[in-house]
Amino acid sequence: MKFSIAVHEGPYTHEASDTAYQFVTAALEKGHEIFRVFFYHDGVNNGTRLSTPPQDDRNVIKRWSELAEKHGLDLVVCVAAAQRRGIADADEAKRNGKDADNIAPGFRISGLGQLIEACIQSDRHLTFGD
Amino acid sequence: MADEMDEMMEGGEIKKLMYMTRTAPYGTVYALEALEVVLIGAAFEQDVCMVFADDGLFQLKKGQNTEATGMKNFSPTYRALEMYDVEKLYVEKESMDARGMTEDDFIVDVEVKTSDELTSMMEDMDIVLNF
Repeated sequence: MKFSIAVHEGPYTHEASDTAYQFVTAALEKGHEIFRVFFYHDGVNNGTRLSTPPQDDRNVIKRWSELAEKHGLDLVVCVAAAQRRGIADADEAKRNGKDADNIAPGFRISGLGQLIEACIQSDRHLTFGD
Repeated sequence: MADEMDEMMEGGEIKKLMYMTRTAPYGTVYALEALEVVLIGAAFEQDVCMVFADDGLFQLKKGQNTEATGMKNFSPTYRALEMYDVEKLYVEKESMDARGMTEDDFIVDVEVKTSDELTSMMEDMDIVLNF
C-alpha cells in the first residue's frame, strides 16, 4: 500500500514525530511504500540540523535523516510554516536575507501543494499530531 | 511552480476530501494554517468539504476583533472560500449547542450536521485532513 504521512508537531515536546517515525519504519519493513512525509505546523521543527539532544536520548531529527537516506524518503517541510518558525535551506535563507540556513540532511522545503498531492496520490493518508 | 501544479493535477480521478478543523482561531496556529491548506488545496479541484467541530466553531464567529492581541483577524478569509469553490461548510450540531451558538452567529452560510451525520460522511471520504 502507498502511504502519505503528515507530522503536525515538533520534536520532543510531542510524541507525534516519534510515532510517525515508528509507523513509517514498520510500514517500510512490511514492504509498503511511503510516498511522502510532510511536516506542517510545528512539525517543521523536525527539519533543523541544529538540534542537539542529550546523548542518552533518541535523536529525532537525525533518525529521520538516516531513514530518508536509507530508503530514499521524500521529507518535505512546508515553506510557509518553515518561514514563520525559522527553518531555512540555502535558497530560502538567501531569498529572505538570512545569515544562515539550518535544514537537516534529507529534508527539502516546498509548498502546501505537496501535502495535497501526496494525499491524492496515496492509498492512505495519516496525520500524526493532536 | 504553476507548471509543477498543472503537472500534479493532470489526469486522475477526483477524490473526496474533508478538512476537519477543531480549534479556536487564535489560541493556537492550527486554525490559520488549516485555512492556508484549504486555500492552496483548492487549486487541485477535488471534491472538498470543510467541517468545523469543537472550538473550531469560534473561527466562524461574527464580529471578531483581535486588535488588543496584536494578531491578525483572519476571519474575513472564510468569506473567500466560496470563490475558491469550497462551498460545502459543515458545523457540528453538538458543538454548536454546547457553545450556545446558532447559525446566525457565523460569518458564512453553513450546514448544520449532527455528529452521526458527519461520521457517515467521513466514512464516505477518500481523504480526511484533520487540524
